[in-house]
Amino acid sequence: MVLDLSINKYSDVTYEEKERLFEEAKADDRWEHILYGCYECGICVAACPSARFYDFSPRLIAQAVAREDVDLVYTLMNDSIWDCSQCFSCDRCPRQNSPGQIITVLREVAVRNGLQTAKQALEGYGRIIYKIMSTGSQVSPDMLQPDAFPDWGKHVYEIAENLDIWRRALPPETLHTTETSWKVDDKTIIELYLIWHMTGVMDLIEGIDEGLFMILVDVMEERLEEAGYDVTFD
Amino acid sequence: MIHLPVSKASERIFKIDPDTAPTHDIREELFQLEKEGELEVIRVPEPYMEVKTKFGRIKKIPLEKTWHHKSCGQCGHIPGYSTSIFWLNRQFGLDYYDPTDQTSCTAWNYYASATSNPEAQAAVAIRNFAAAHEVGYFPLIHCGTSFGHYKEVRHALVHQPELRRKVRDIMKRLGKKLVVPEEVVHYSEWVYAMRDRIAERQVIDMSNITATVHPACHYHKLIEEDAIYSEEIYGAQRTAIITGVLEKLGINVADYSTWFDCCGFGFRHILVSRDFSRSFSVQRKIEVMIEEANPDVTVTHDTGCVTTLDQSQVAGQAHNKKVGLPVMSDSQMAALAMGAHPYKVLQLHWHNTNNKPFMEKLGIDVKKKWAEFEVECDQLKSGKKEFMSWEDAEN
Repeated sequence: MVLDLSINKYSDVTYEEKERLFEEAKADDRWEHILYGCYECGICVAACPSARFYDFSPRLIAQAVAREDVDLVYTLMNDSIWDCSQCFSCDRCPRQNSPGQIITVLREVAVRNGLQTAKQALEGYGRIIYKIMSTGSQVSPDMLQPDAFPDWGKHVYEIAENLDIWRRALPPETLHTTETSWKVDDKTIIELYLIWHMTGVMDLIEGIDEGLFMILVDVMEERLEEAGYDVTFD
Repeated sequence: MIHLPVSKASERIFKIDPDTAPTHDIREELFQLEKEGELEVIRVPEPYMEVKTKFGRIKKIPLEKTWHHKSCGQCGHIPGYSTSIFWLNRQFGLDYYDPTDQTSCTAWNYYASATSNPEAQAAVAIRNFAAAHEVGYFPLIHCGTSFGHYKEVRHALVHQPELRRKVRDIMKRLGKKLVVPEEVVHYSEWVYAMRDRIAERQVIDMSNITATVHPACHYHKLIEEDAIYSEEIYGAQRTAIITGVLEKLGINVADYSTWFDCCGFGFRHILVSRDFSRSFSVQRKIEVMIEEANPDVTVTHDTGCVTTLDQSQVAGQAHNKKVGLPVMSDSQMAALAMGAHPYKVLQLHWHNTNNKPFMEKLGIDVKKKWAEFEVECDQLKSGKKEFMSWEDAEN
């Protein structure tokens, strides 16, 4: 899809609102360590995998934020940043910029403010957020199902059919699990939930997917209560 | 005509020298913060091996007393990867710890969705480090992304006093200390440090094998100065990781033009925009490797890289692309060289691309080995035993 950079693209959003979001990004503690200006040399683009497959340019993003083009930053925050592969190949910037990290910060701002485009970018990703937030593990063996990975071929059928036996045929005792990647102590999960609570991460989830937030809150509050913690995420 | 004082290229020597490094040594800053009571540094236990990093600094790689910070993607989807790491430790009789008081780093999600923040990410890292320290072991990080991310966390904690304060408060409420390891060590660095000992125990000749190497982006691009480099490997112009091990095993490591490119994993992409992952992996990595180097196998050292390079070949095959290249981790290659069982230990049935021709080229009787694994599975199915043990896997 061709990136539409016309000034009218987001004319329904006030300049003040766009500026507010940009200022939020600039206020991040990392900002001064990841942006030093831009030579427009294009080394970041040459190294970027996403630039080969999308109308995507880390140079464009570094330029926009370096010259503080508020309108352009807002457009990129909506229409471009989610194409980044987060490989940080662009960290070879001769000016010591990290376009990948600039994008990380812009993504956080987009999520924190519940931008519609961030919600769209993360559509279908909810089950992953549920898994990581509730178990501390991004993926699990039982996610290897043909309907989840149809493009991985018949091999996924074979794994799904043999999952229980093949997991028990693993020598490390910690790996005989199917719902998590390894056996995790109850107290470890409780500590993870307390970290989510103390760092306000659940607020981000609420901004992106309220239904998912409610499910997660139910799961976490129940386990925390069982463990003797009186914690609410509201 | 102006003659510029340029030396001949053949006379120029590129030498890594810590005295001319463009960055400060973060470990000195860590120890200073420890003196000031800001945090506690977890020392690398002895015995350790000293290796050189990008700017020529020395990095200590612990050989034992290692606390294995497992990878969710490895353990979940390609479990022979981690099993091989443990198997190697057991073969050398090394003291290691496989914890259940461990979460993943949660960085895969962070890079994919940004539904986290620096405080949460640092707290997750320090909670895991503290869990290792409490049982007297040193963290060894299995995942390339966890490794890169934890280096960034350490960097942020050193340079951001407010983040340090927040994380210290969180740890206090969890009854833990703010502890940071002296070195952030990736398992592949341990394999590299052990390469001579691995080669001494090699029982399978691999001299007829050509391999390509894919280094993980989050290993050598995030906090690049902390990756292993060696004058003997690519003149220290590229990381020596993986290549140093394969060459020690007698394997011919072949170069290809997209060595620096990522695998196409993309974090968010591999889960919800896989068209990108498939295309990049096949067109920029696998096809290029086959066309330029015609390898028997490609070897990498990270969760996402093995998964993406391996699984993406299914779609490539459907489009008549040049694919069919087995993908393995360096831990699996090292274990295989030392005679590990390809299914009981390497668990190659979890991989997708056909690896049988590669094993047959090594003289391994694939049918026999699979039959031996099926015997184990039959015993599990019949209830004769509940799990396959290490003893079963080692026989």
